[in-house]
Amino acid sequence: MSTEILMPALSPTMTEGNLSKWLIKKGDTVKAGDLIAEIETDKATMEVEAVDEGVVLDLLFKEGEANIPVNKAIAIIGDPNEKVEVKKEAPIEKVIEEKKIEKNIETKIENKKADIIDTPSPKIEEDRNLSSVEITMRQALRDTMAEEMRKDNKVFILGEEVAEYQGAYKVTQGLLEEFGKERVLDTPISEHGFTGLAVGAAFKGLRPILEFMTFNFSMQAIDQIINSAAKTLYMSGGQINCPIVFRGPNGAAAQVAAQHSQDFSSWYSQVPGLKVIAPSTPYNAKGLLRSAISDPNPVIFLENEILYGLKGPVNNDVNFSIPIGKANIEKEGKDLTIVTYSIMLQKSKEAALRLKEEYNLDIEIIDLQTLRPLDTETILNSVKKTNRLITVEESWPFGSVGSEISNIVQRDAFDYLDSPVIKVNSADVPMPYALSLEKLYLPQVDDIINAAKKVSYIK
Amino acid sequence: MKKLQKADYIKMYSFMLKIRRFEERAAQLYGMGKIGGFCHLYIGQEAVVVGVLMTIDKNDSVVTTYRDHGHMIARGLDPKRIMAELTGREDGYSAGKGGSMHMFSKENNFYGGHGIVGAQVPIGTGIAFTHKYNGEKNICRTYIGDGAMNNGQVFEAFNLASLWKLPVLYIIENNKYGMGTSVDRAAAGLDLYKRGEAFGIPGEKVDGMNVFSVIEAADKAGKYVREGNGPYIIEVQTYRYRGHSMSDPAKYRTKEELDNYKQTDPIEIVKAEMLKKKFATNDEIEKINKDTLEEIKNAAEFAINSPFPKDSELYTDVYL
Repeated sequence: MSTEILMPALSPTMTEGNLSKWLIKKGDTVKAGDLIAEIETDKATMEVEAVDEGVVLDLLFKEGEANIPVNKAIAIIGDPNEKVEVKKEAPIEKVIEEKKIEKNIETKIENKKADIIDTPSPKIEEDRNLSSVEITMRQALRDTMAEEMRKDNKVFILGEEVAEYQGAYKVTQGLLEEFGKERVLDTPISEHGFTGLAVGAAFKGLRPILEFMTFNFSMQAIDQIINSAAKTLYMSGGQINCPIVFRGPNGAAAQVAAQHSQDFSSWYSQVPGLKVIAPSTPYNAKGLLRSAISDPNPVIFLENEILYGLKGPVNNDVNFSIPIGKANIEKEGKDLTIVTYSIMLQKSKEAALRLKEEYNLDIEIIDLQTLRPLDTETILNSVKKTNRLITVEESWPFGSVGSEISNIVQRDAFDYLDSPVIKVNSADVPMPYALSLEKLYLPQVDDIINAAKKVSYIK
Repeated sequence: MKKLQKADYIKMYSFMLKIRRFEERAAQLYGMGKIGGFCHLYIGQEAVVVGVLMTIDKNDSVVTTYRDHGHMIARGLDPKRIMAELTGREDGYSAGKGGSMHMFSKENNFYGGHGIVGAQVPIGTGIAFTHKYNGEKNICRTYIGDGAMNNGQVFEAFNLASLWKLPVLYIIENNKYGMGTSVDRAAAGLDLYKRGEAFGIPGEKVDGMNVFSVIEAADKAGKYVREGNGPYIIEVQTYRYRGHSMSDPAKYRTKEELDNYKQTDPIEIVKAEMLKKKFATNDEIEKINKDTLEEIKNAAEFAINSPFPKDSELYTDVYL
């Protein structure tokens, strides 16, 4: 009886891994608990132990082979006296199958989908400095921080695991090596303390980039963010500004449940004194992060863990920036406007393709990029053209960014509307753990399509 | 520490007196409805900030709590503009937008004036971080009320300051009550200066009614911090004569307790020393008293005549 050893999922968002090293060879006898391989994941390189026992009959991948999907057989162990047929293509994608999405869609993104590639909007494709190589969002963020740290000695980064560990999500990879421990600082797990410290440093003229391992942990520090960082310029009559970037992943990752899957975009967007940015592609992540680091005000920079692996072209000019407060018309259209941001841009794009195909609706998609200050002009101009609006976001529905947009649109473009505005949000409950419930909780392509049909009066 | 000269005595006495007269006047204006909101007076605690002042380098930074009027005066800031902030007028240090609890003077390295108990402690630690990052020899004096010593972020800051050897001097102003709750009803373990021990931060307790004790301790601790040894904690035992804020009748303590502290009034102690050392005559002291009263009267006059901020100011200073 032979057993397949499968590529393990070693992190909540891991969809594939690289086989960095075999620690066993054909013919070896392995016992449960023996180390068998080193696997590089989206977050780290980890050693894998055997669970089953037997003799190694075959290794199905060579050292150094990359992008092996989770659950794919990587080795076979068993009784050497037994004849084994090695299948060329082992059964895979158990997990992915559950989340399988609609066919014939070019832009696909799913929580567990590997190697997502962004299709840049036509406007971005016109960019002369566009790189020929596609890089991940993670790399785009890293490169931008490094570029800005090279330019300005006052820029430094601090946070949990940002230095020696190279970042919990590898966003700060290599920064310690290049800039040293004076400028890349590992902090204790002490958000309230190190956030206050960074705010004080910013008051005194430094330009900290503070990484929250996830924005869920920013709750520990929210007093310093709101009461100190956001308000002191005002309270000091314009004397003391706070040039700081609070960045890190925001919103749902994959099955990390209620305390690790909250979207804080509307919380922070409510606060005068803060600027709030939510990038959606490697391209705008670079341009927006550069603006955030150079901004003299506190900026909340909401990344998305699932988007860290999103690949796309970027502008390679080290001075390329995208202004804060400017939305991007991702796709022009005439029938209906979708206003969205962050990861929901990808779902909206997918919905737009289907709406075109199935209902011949020409959708205009606005990617907000900045949530505060909000680019109301672009939204209103679009609504005046299409006369229909839906907002799509991952946050809870009550008092969300979409709520404010609905308010602005009914106030300033009431006569242009041909239907009520509909908001697509996450369910109004804490994030559940179960995969099935998590999918129900999050806005899905079908939810966007249903909202679009409703505002278009399509039954 | 070099021996205190006649000029030092005059300086100490004048500053302490100025703080007291200022606070008395602020109380009066509060009673007249000219000052609104919360207003926390420093009367009784003057020796703390003035003692530390005697050891300060002007490029050192300071950050404190909402009981900040005295700290600003000791920093050499203009009582007229401090009082104008209390009355919420455009000549105030925060242009009328901060009020009693939120005052700053960046050019004088005075970083507030913080309304949230404990919040100034990580902030002061971060200012010290900047001094070190920039390779400056300066230190940040971070004042902490006894009430804040039970607040979690204080210990997070202690840990970071010691871990990174930051040039921060923590000065606990233990005035015995966090609002209406006495220290022994709030803190498990009354030696607040020992609360840095677990982080390897040395600490000591000092008599805060006596300015000379404060000077000695602040000088020693300041040197330790400036030499790059990391943080230091001084717990200054002091007492506020008034309630927590203007609206506090202070019924949680006895009149005897208050009278007892008044026997060791910090200003009287300096005055007695000056006379004993013949650094000033009674007439000279009388002149300082009169001039101070006059200066503060003028400050109050200025503060109630300064215009309210323009309506358009509502929307300025939100972003730079």
